[in-house]
Amino acid sequence: MSTRPTFPTTTSAPHRAPVTTDGWALADGGRRAVLELSEVTKTYGSEPPVPALRGVSLTVAQSELVAIVGPSGSGKTTLLHIIGTLDRPTSGTVRIDGIDIAELADRQLAALRARSIGFVFQQFFLAEHESVLDNVADGLLYAGVEVRERRELATQALTRVGLMERQRARPTTMSGGQRQRIAIARALVGRPAIVLADEPTGNLDSQTGEGLLNLLLEINAEGATIIVITHDHDLADRLHRQVHMRDGLIVSDTTTAPQLAAVNSEVENLS
Amino acid sequence: MSAATQLVPARLHSGDMARVASVGLRTRRLRAALSALGIAIGVAAIVAVLGLSSSSQAGLLSEIDQLGTNLLIVTNGQTFTGASATLPLTAPAMIGRIDPVTRVADTGDVSTANVFRSPLIPSVDTNALTVDAASLNLLPAVGTSVTQGSYLNAATATAPTVVLGAAAAQRLGIDRVYRGERVWLGGTWFYVIGILKPAVLAPEIDSSALIGYAAAKRYLNYTSDTSGHVTVGPPTTIYVRARNSQVNAVDNVLAQTADPENPSYVDISQPSAALTARADAQGAFNGLFLGLGAVALLVGAVGVANIMIISVLERRSEIGLRRALGATRGQIRAQFLSEAILLALLGGAAGVAIGALATAVYAHTKHWAVVIPTEAWTGGIASAILIGAIAGLLPAIRAARLSPTEALRTG
Repeated sequence: MSTRPTFPTTTSAPHRAPVTTDGWALADGGRRAVLELSEVTKTYGSEPPVPALRGVSLTVAQSELVAIVGPSGSGKTTLLHIIGTLDRPTSGTVRIDGIDIAELADRQLAALRARSIGFVFQQFFLAEHESVLDNVADGLLYAGVEVRERRELATQALTRVGLMERQRARPTTMSGGQRQRIAIARALVGRPAIVLADEPTGNLDSQTGEGLLNLLLEINAEGATIIVITHDHDLADRLHRQVHMRDGLIVSDTTTAPQLAAVNSEVENLS
Repeated sequence: MSAATQLVPARLHSGDMARVASVGLRTRRLRAALSALGIAIGVAAIVAVLGLSSSSQAGLLSEIDQLGTNLLIVTNGQTFTGASATLPLTAPAMIGRIDPVTRVADTGDVSTANVFRSPLIPSVDTNALTVDAASLNLLPAVGTSVTQGSYLNAATATAPTVVLGAAAAQRLGIDRVYRGERVWLGGTWFYVIGILKPAVLAPEIDSSALIGYAAAKRYLNYTSDTSGHVTVGPPTTIYVRARNSQVNAVDNVLAQTADPENPSYVDISQPSAALTARADAQGAFNGLFLGLGAVALLVGAVGVANIMIISVLERRSEIGLRRALGATRGQIRAQFLSEAILLALLGGAAGVAIGALATAVYAHTKHWAVVIPTEAWTGGIASAILIGAIAGLLPAIRAARLSPTEALRTG
């Protein structure tokens, strides 16, 4: 099995989280692991093969706020795709919400994404011809939820990101920051196990980016598990845990004070 | 693992499917309209061709119905030697005694006489007009009436008076009847007392100058010799109207009744049958226009396929997003396939409307009943759906094959 790292930690060593009696993996601090990567590699092409990930192991617990940070070409986008089950690893195992994705067919992966993963993209990817409300409700389009319920949940999500009064507007009439808030609402609407944000502030000015970061921090404080992929170290430093990547490897995994304090208190409570 | 087996992709509700399928059409309306136009033109051409041909057929048939399909025409045939046979003088009266026969009228071809505008016209310029002795009840039997003046009566039938068929009047240059108007007929002046409307069922009347049997005997020497007795000339054509239900029965006994001695010397025809055959034959050249319509449809299909392929290329990020939101390959494929079918269906519906409108307008100007055959519009819609499905298949498969990471990278 694995060794349990102590906090703060800097590690690239492979590890496998302990398991609860009902089969759920436990992350550091004893919380349920929603994401476990073990020795994941990804190689593109064959002549010559290009390794994008060269053995990445990472466990993310429920309610964590993790930054995966690194320069371009470090493999963070590939990692995002694998965590988001948009791509499969060449080797190693990926478990989302306790499910090993290697066992899943393409259709089941789609169902897993619909149920357990919310995406926030740098380019927002909003449907310009739909209202803000419908854009958010579409986050549940493929999850088998009736349209009325989708809209109800979308209203709640929009309220959460502070855009309730603009629910009838078209995204084209809104600012970049507002559009990214819509995208976040869409990712949150189904209350997924993991929210994956790919350079969420990449297209925003610093002030708007700051507002958005505060929103992510608040949402995380309410219990959402958020993984932010970014090349922006300043942004990463504001998050509770930073996973640094370079050349397809995790070079450091650091948990900073706010979360550390919370985790340590939990550990004390458990013991 | 039980959690894994529980992962089943949710089906899209039909309302959601319709909304998703119409995304491309709603966001790029002009483009959608133009590519649907190709299909619309093809379907409109097919519907209009079938509609116009059916409407014209219906028009002709209703005209035939109006004129009556119960007219039988008895003419003198040929003898064994090939000479022209002569119908007995008593033939019209005998035929009139057949129970279901309602009217009998007859004409006798006065082949020795011709009709001219004046004696100065060279005798070879006959204008292909004939001179016929006619019975007084001819007009209701052939289904026509006078357009000017009056028809022969018991008095005028004995006098040198003539009633001109529609074409005969035109060729002689006579467009109205006035006192003293006369034509040079068989070497005598005959006074024109009437002009007929066209007789559709008996077009030979149109090119005839009609005179009374008595006048024909007196002025043109059109006679028969019955046992030394010189009487009026023999009929050559007998027009018989029978009750509609009994037309075939009458047809069967007509030859024996007209000439009991030599039934084979008698020819019988039913003019409405020939007209009906003509109406049926009108659809024969439709094939060419239908072929042109099919070519237009094919071009429309290529247009739809082209637009759909461009659409898939342009909407890679949308495809990537949908996959990220949990759409399966099948759902992406269904989305683009439905979009192509919807596009073609809109084109097809517009085409049916345009084709029907064109048919209605043309039929209206011709005073035909508007007939759009069911197979024309159902076929138009069905072929549009089929074309949409075929044209959309390849783009839909390409969209579904696109890997989500590749789709998102280009976004």
